[in-house]
Amino acid sequence: MTTTQPTLRLIDVHRTHGTGEAAVHALRGVSLEVHPGELVAVMGPSGSGKSTLLNVAGGLDRPTQGRVIIGDTDLSELDARGLAKLRRRRVGFVFQDYNLIPSLTAAENVSLPLELDGERARTARRRAREALGLMGLMDLADRYPDAMSGGQQQRVAIARALVGTRRLVMADEPTGALDSHTGEEVLRVLRQRCDEGASGLLVTHESRYAGWADRVVFLRDGVVVDATGSDPVERLLEPAR
Amino acid sequence: MSVKYGLLALLATGPMYGARLRAEFEARTGGTWPLNVGQVYTTLGRLERDGLVESVGEADEEGRISYRLTEQGRREIAQWWEAPVDRSSTPRDELVIKLALAVTVPGIDVERVVQTQRAATVRHLQDLTRLKHQAVTDRAGDSDQTQSAGANEHAWRLVLDNLIFAAEAEVRWLDHVEADLAREARRAKTTAQPTHTEPTLTATPPTHATEPAIPGTRTP
Repeated sequence: MTTTQPTLRLIDVHRTHGTGEAAVHALRGVSLEVHPGELVAVMGPSGSGKSTLLNVAGGLDRPTQGRVIIGDTDLSELDARGLAKLRRRRVGFVFQDYNLIPSLTAAENVSLPLELDGERARTARRRAREALGLMGLMDLADRYPDAMSGGQQQRVAIARALVGTRRLVMADEPTGALDSHTGEEVLRVLRQRCDEGASGLLVTHESRYAGWADRVVFLRDGVVVDATGSDPVERLLEPAR
Repeated sequence: MSVKYGLLALLATGPMYGARLRAEFEARTGGTWPLNVGQVYTTLGRLERDGLVESVGEADEEGRISYRLTEQGRREIAQWWEAPVDRSSTPRDELVIKLALAVTVPGIDVERVVQTQRAATVRHLQDLTRLKHQAVTDRAGDSDQTQSAGANEHAWRLVLDNLIFAAEAEVRWLDHVEADLAREARRAKTTAQPTHTEPTLTATPPTHATEPAIPGTRTP
């Protein structure tokens, strides 16, 4: 059992879209923790609630019931502005299609969340270069996205997700657009950043990438049906069927 | 695969004695399929009897006898390289048999069987991924390794990839089984519904019994 404070905690999280007869229960009582240094993969068929789980955990969406806690901040206590600030400082997202801004260089893309957060441009750029350097991407710092391969863009996106004070990365099918070799390179980088102390939640439908995680959580119809490894919380909360 | 072709392929690179053959086989396959030296000598004995290998001179001071390929042995191994590996016979797979039985034997929680297996297979996949990660990291950190050590490491990575792909395929199949079970359960529910309305066939059936079952919805 890990004794450090979890980076992320989900406690009995529900997310329902719509009401009454038409209600869709995307998540039904999901609990899990991600600790510093841990990469947790979420697997499940399409429609099982994987992406909803990631969006709720990262503060892009709010649960209809239950709590999401990042560090020592309960997300339910934040208004929209507070959530946006938390995302700028604490959580980074990585998506299948990289989402880099085409008119900015790699270093500018990585420094963007810091600048949006009010950091002076010069400091932000320096930190961005540090983040790229940590991942062996210094050569790419001044390149624009269209001059980079998919794998390189995704590694830049990971650098952006973990720049500055951000220590939690939400990765939604980050290998979806990549061939298996490049996908593996991206996972290797994500794994390395987690080994250095970051925390990651990885949504994937491909078990070969889930193999890089410390723990794998299986979702089906919004319920955690099984998990590898031991997360004490999951065992306590047998989902209501 | 029999040990036979493994030994013939190694002997094609030059004469070797039993313990060396075993060490070479394991080094090239990362020890994934360990051989015991007895197995190697029994196989060498058979290969010699069949005229595919022959001993080279006398035993050395440690009592080891080297073997080399005969002309017939060379032809045999050349044929092996040229022909595809036979896939027509299906080896018994315990998991496949277990699930086939699980869906036919009453009272088995098939979903549970699937979930337990999937968690175990993904754990296995995690172990393999760690080994692969290690192999790649070792290669990056060791730039002055010998050529043969490099080739063996390459072979080991490919073996690991194969095991990873196999585990991945198993997880995909288990996902498929799970989805299939859910579909079958829904179908069973739909076909079971009209029988409840049989006694009221002459009367207007209750509306809920005629509503089509919507996949993915559950009765509370």
